[in-house]
Amino acid sequence: MAIKLAFIFFSMILVNNYVLVKFLGICPFLGVSGKLNSAVGMSVAVIFVMVLATATTWPVYTYLLVPNGLAYLNNISFILIIAVLVQLVEIVLRKFVPPLYKALGIYLPLITTNCAVLGVTILNIETASIVDATAPYYTFPEALVCAAGAGVGFGVAMVLFSGVRRALDRAQPPKSFEGLPITLVSAAISSVSFMGFGGLLENLFNISV
Amino acid sequence: MEKKNTGLMTILTNGLLKENPVLRLVLGTCPTLAVTTAVFNGLGMGVAATFVLICSNIVISALRKIIPSQVRLPCFIVIIASFVTLVHMLIRAYVPALNSALGVYLPLITVNCIILGRAEMFASKNGVAASALDGLGMGIGFTITLVLMSAVRELVGAGTFLGIQIIPASVAPVGVMVLPPGGFFVFGIFMALAIFLERKMGKDPTPDAACGACPSAEFCPAKGVE
Repeated sequence: MAIKLAFIFFSMILVNNYVLVKFLGICPFLGVSGKLNSAVGMSVAVIFVMVLATATTWPVYTYLLVPNGLAYLNNISFILIIAVLVQLVEIVLRKFVPPLYKALGIYLPLITTNCAVLGVTILNIETASIVDATAPYYTFPEALVCAAGAGVGFGVAMVLFSGVRRALDRAQPPKSFEGLPITLVSAAISSVSFMGFGGLLENLFNISV
Repeated sequence: MEKKNTGLMTILTNGLLKENPVLRLVLGTCPTLAVTTAVFNGLGMGVAATFVLICSNIVISALRKIIPSQVRLPCFIVIIASFVTLVHMLIRAYVPALNSALGVYLPLITVNCIILGRAEMFASKNGVAASALDGLGMGIGFTITLVLMSAVRELVGAGTFLGIQIIPASVAPVGVMVLPPGGFFVFGIFMALAIFLERKMGKDPTPDAACGACPSAEFCPAKGVE
């Protein structure tokens, strides 16, 4: 079981990287990857909210929505839970952990409408479980590990790309390419490098999916 | 009356190039990159998002005097999520092929910043008719961009258009174009092209700030971070 969970964790980082392979959370990826500190701050906030959101939405879906035949409400309820959760985390951090609030607080409002967070909660109740063959979707531990892996994968992409962005600042592309277009083209090249991980984990962990 | 008509016309055509949601405002980037692997998917995503955009713009504009401004964002999100659920159920029932092709990106229309952005920037300040037209214009701009991008990616990456073989099968397609890197690459080229076109027409495109058109930019404390 631990090996399968580790497999999920690493495949979320390397093979199914949310930013570079699944295109979730592109806005913060382009918006706040300019400097290393802001890239790290944003990533930590995303990891935190992703795990917390999954820890809330998975039980709500499994024990509240599905037994009452309300599974079709997942989208509306998940986005509300995430919005409330982000507000709550902000208030709690500001009151009780001011240093952490100072470091992460400014990134929290950005996260409510971040498709990576809603994406991970929805994918967790749609992806077939690999630990328990009878479960209709990811079990709770799988969902939590998957959320953490997705967050860490987001962070890895942000940190790596902030280095690329620093080199881009000194580049002199054609005038029409200045700014975002050249950033996107370099994101394409970073994405190519992540394609190299395909198939690696299946062989490493001896798991066929 | 004349003046009013041109005003409505401008609202409708704004979304095509000058305020093209994807290429100029840089909103809704995630679905743009993810679903443009085939023309059918791009078109389906465009039409679904346009429907949600028009409906949510109309409802939000009609309710703009009732919704208190402090809680407007949660209200907008709930309205948008309701219409997304509606569209999701309709597509699942009538076009199951599209549902499986778009996968998670269909429910994720909820957090597509184009829709929340137009609610915040336009529908919450303008009348119902103007908001409906704004939704239609932005939706058409979004759909056209998606279709053009997916046409390039499908043609080069698979040699087909809407599933019909265009480039002879003996010519090996450039498979990477339908894979994730191709999405970033074609998007970058298209964005550069839109800037180039605007400059050719004698306008100086405002420099891109990635946060500039983000619906949360106004009150987002992270705006000045970069």
